[in-house]
Amino acid sequence: MSTETTVTEVKKPAEALLSKRRKKLISDPLVDSNPITIQVLGICSALAVTTQMQPTLIMAISVIFVVVMSNFVISLMRNTIPSRVRIIVQLAVVATLVTLVSELLKAFAYDMYKELSVFVGLIITNCIVMGRLEAFALGNKPYDSILDGFGSALGYSWIILAVAFFRELFGSGSVFGVPVFDTVAGFIGDDFSFATNGLMVTPVGAFIILGLIIWVQRTKTGYVEH
Amino acid sequence: MELFSLGIRSIFIDNMIFAYFLGMCSFLAVSKKVSTALGLGAAVIFVLTVTTPANWLLNEYVLKEGALSWAGDTFATIDLSFLRFIMFIAIIAAIVQLVEMVVEKFAPALYGALGIFLPLIAVNCAILGGSLFMAQRDYTLAEATVYGFGSGTGFFLAIVALAAIREKLKYSNVPNGLKGLGITMLLTGLMGIAFMSFMGIDL
Repeated sequence: MSTETTVTEVKKPAEALLSKRRKKLISDPLVDSNPITIQVLGICSALAVTTQMQPTLIMAISVIFVVVMSNFVISLMRNTIPSRVRIIVQLAVVATLVTLVSELLKAFAYDMYKELSVFVGLIITNCIVMGRLEAFALGNKPYDSILDGFGSALGYSWIILAVAFFRELFGSGSVFGVPVFDTVAGFIGDDFSFATNGLMVTPVGAFIILGLIIWVQRTKTGYVEH
Repeated sequence: MELFSLGIRSIFIDNMIFAYFLGMCSFLAVSKKVSTALGLGAAVIFVLTVTTPANWLLNEYVLKEGALSWAGDTFATIDLSFLRFIMFIAIIAAIVQLVEMVVEKFAPALYGALGIFLPLIAVNCAILGGSLFMAQRDYTLAEATVYGFGSGTGFFLAIVALAAIREKLKYSNVPNGLKGLGITMLLTGLMGIAFMSFMGIDL
């Protein structure tokens, strides 16, 4: 019998790896407290990349990585950061992670790097990142912080992917670069052609699509802003 | 003349909000009243006008490939541009801190009104976006300054206009799910259509 086991016997039973509370950490931000539609965070860099599905997916993965890792790192350091300088510490951690993402993209997906241009850098100023660090990682254990970051980033991701889906479908008539309407037309042997809606490709389309998604989502959850 | 057209372009055509979605968070959160929107807009103009040239100097003499050649031949081949994000954000955070102290001293009323949003300017995408666009487009110092001021003014116009509309909107009967953020997004979209009419202008 090593000493470690005696210690665990004395301690109260450890919380399950995915207990109910922890599942809530992930599932809450998906709908009920979604960072974009309910908390109004992280809209800045989100909308600019949503004209096509593919860059949006890359963006979503980058944001998930940055939020989870920064939550983890800050949570590890939470007891050593003096609260006066915490903003600059957080910015330094986030900026380092974003630089990492940007260099990785430059090395392995240069086309995407070119297309996303400054918006990868703008993950630094994505309010979700700072928001989660301030609201959660500074006061919670590393594992919980990872789950919380993952949930929030996932909530963000599905919204921007939904926006991108509609914008690409109506704006360019395709999904992930696959021309949906033309394929369908070829399949049923009809030769109709889909007139793309140019407005969807412009920023205006993003605002309107997101506005409508918010409307649908808030009607379902019954959330009313005053 | 070049500079003038760059200024006009950055205000109307390449508008921070309507063309690039930068600074949306504070744009949506602080646009409930015209008076606070005016304050935030003015702060953004000031911070952008100061940080863009400051970051230009940093980029030109420290970060760009070969920028360190003034320090001797051994440094001439160094490329520090991967440090751009962290250096830019550090400069911005420092300047915002300075602005916050000045505002607190000389305009306590404005300080009270802006509250939490002044420190948030540091993480306002419009500010960092201005610097990153400046670096990407290889502006000169004069162009960078004009661009910073122009983008700030564009943001100012957009947020004040939206605040004015939202003040009137209080008296209308908006569907429950659309209240607040939803209707604001749709409004911003409609304002974006109006701003799109500037696109055809060739300067």
